[in-house]
Amino acid sequence: MAETQVQQDTSAASGVKTRSRREDFVRAFFSNRLALFGGIAISIFILMAIFAPLVAPYDPLAQNLTEKFAGPSLAHPFGQDELGRDILSRIIYGARISLTAGLAAVAVATVVGTIVGLVAGYLGRWPDSLLMRIMDVLLAFPSILLAIVIVSILGPSLPNAMLAIGIVFIPQIARVVRSAVISVRERDYIEAERALGAGDVQIVFSGVLPNSMAPLIVQATLTLATAILDIAALSFLGLGARAPSPEWGAMLTDAFHSGYGVFVEGQHAIIFPGIAIALCVLSVNFVGDGLRDAMDPRRRG
Amino acid sequence: MLLGVSIIVFFMVRAIPGDPAQILLGQTATQEQVHQLRVQMGLDKPVPIQYLLFLKDAVRGDLGTSIVTGRPVTEELLVRLPATLELTMFAMFIAVLVGVPVGVISAVKQYSLLDKTTSVLALTGISMPIFWLAMILIVIFGVNLELLPFPGRLGTDTTITAITGFVLVDSLLTLNFSAFWEGILYLIMPAIALGTTAMAVVVRMTRSSMLEVMGEDYVRTARAKGVVPWRVVFKHALRNAMLPTVTVIGLQVGLLMGGSVITETIFSWPGVGQIAYESIYRRDYAMIQGVVLYAAALFVLINLLVDVLYAVLDPRVRY
Repeated sequence: MAETQVQQDTSAASGVKTRSRREDFVRAFFSNRLALFGGIAISIFILMAIFAPLVAPYDPLAQNLTEKFAGPSLAHPFGQDELGRDILSRIIYGARISLTAGLAAVAVATVVGTIVGLVAGYLGRWPDSLLMRIMDVLLAFPSILLAIVIVSILGPSLPNAMLAIGIVFIPQIARVVRSAVISVRERDYIEAERALGAGDVQIVFSGVLPNSMAPLIVQATLTLATAILDIAALSFLGLGARAPSPEWGAMLTDAFHSGYGVFVEGQHAIIFPGIAIALCVLSVNFVGDGLRDAMDPRRRG
Repeated sequence: MLLGVSIIVFFMVRAIPGDPAQILLGQTATQEQVHQLRVQMGLDKPVPIQYLLFLKDAVRGDLGTSIVTGRPVTEELLVRLPATLELTMFAMFIAVLVGVPVGVISAVKQYSLLDKTTSVLALTGISMPIFWLAMILIVIFGVNLELLPFPGRLGTDTTITAITGFVLVDSLLTLNFSAFWEGILYLIMPAIALGTTAMAVVVRMTRSSMLEVMGEDYVRTARAKGVVPWRVVFKHALRNAMLPTVTVIGLQVGLLMGGSVITETIFSWPGVGQIAYESIYRRDYAMIQGVVLYAAALFVLINLLVDVLYAVLDPRVRY
């Protein structure tokens, strides 16, 4: 009787503690002005992507060769590109492609990386060594080089670029998940679940995974930023999105390959798509940094 | 480690669609000719056998022959290596020279306006696509201000005697100072484009490890003893804070090799990155293999160097 009482007390106490921790977290995140800015900017990008047909003033593919490299004007705030297409409309439609591509790559990396990390961290011993050795070999390649090789095998296209970038980031997610799993594996509540007769799979999904979520979310957010950049880079190398796609990296690529003239009269065709990429990636990074700082009490400013 | 990498590279490259013999001979070649070339290239043997043959040659420094240029891959890589090394080292030099002091100042003046500005700038540096930064540099300094020359390593009418393949070294050896200066001018834009990400990472790492170290007891003790503030920062704190920074710098060199593919393509820089890009386009098996192996080998070598540097910086580490 006395024992039950004590147990209830501790669970009540820990319940209070988690709630206040969550509150702390929310407060810490929102008091971080940069993270807030990032969150708002990302929301705008996402809304822009969803409602592209309503927001974009022109058809992103409509050419107007007589107005090649026409500078920014009231009718075309960001000017026109090498084929006279409206750059603003292309950037708005491009948000759809770049964001989806980045998210898809992160999804691949997160799903596979989480499974690898869970298995390696939970089972330990030889599965752990084997999986982590494989991850080490993957990490031995410079990431963009590995992505280039994978895309050349699969054939150059945007979906394959997403897949390649996803594969490249598996080791980073796997490592984060593995170390989180190892740190919770021996905790009392896992022990308790096991004592109650839960199987390995059940323990992993109800006990281990939820308690490893925080570092995973941070890593996935920071990976999203790099993924968007790397997909743009693959497009630049001709291994991702192709013309006439308004993917941001492809826009810059097409401008670059249109000849030397772009550096002289088409400078806005270089500046604006690049700002879109940089702003988007920067916002994601702000959010990722904000999440990390908010989750780690030691790093709170 | 390198063995594992070589196996993966070999089989991945073999998996690239397209028959190199067919590509080399063109569409007009007869079945007979294609078959003959395949035998000659050893492509008719099973893939595992191909790998063993490749490995046998590789340990003797023979990475095969580029099917596009017809020259040995090792030779092709060695010719292009100095250009890439010169660019990468210059980029890394700028990154460390600017990154470490800025990181230190940021940490010492934590939460100051300067610190906040550099933090945001550093994050911006990480968030920019390299090829965009390169193009913006060309727009601003190459075209609008006409301050810096591009593309390539030197102007077309400047010639220098090739001794080491490093423009800066060769021009100094031959006492050609105008070419030396020109070489530096040509290096600035590609090096900044390539090194900015690394610089941003170095700033962030230096700052955070400095902050950590500054809170340690030995730093407080040094302060309490009355050691002059700058001495505390440089002698006591920085030396310890350099450990994680050195690791990050080592990792960045690996990323720089990836970045060099893009930078060299934009600036027509005749290095390994440029040929990596070209060989993938032309399905040049031997060349791709060589480039990726070279990159992986360099990566392993640099990690080894980092370990050695650790021992220098931290007397507790002994090998």
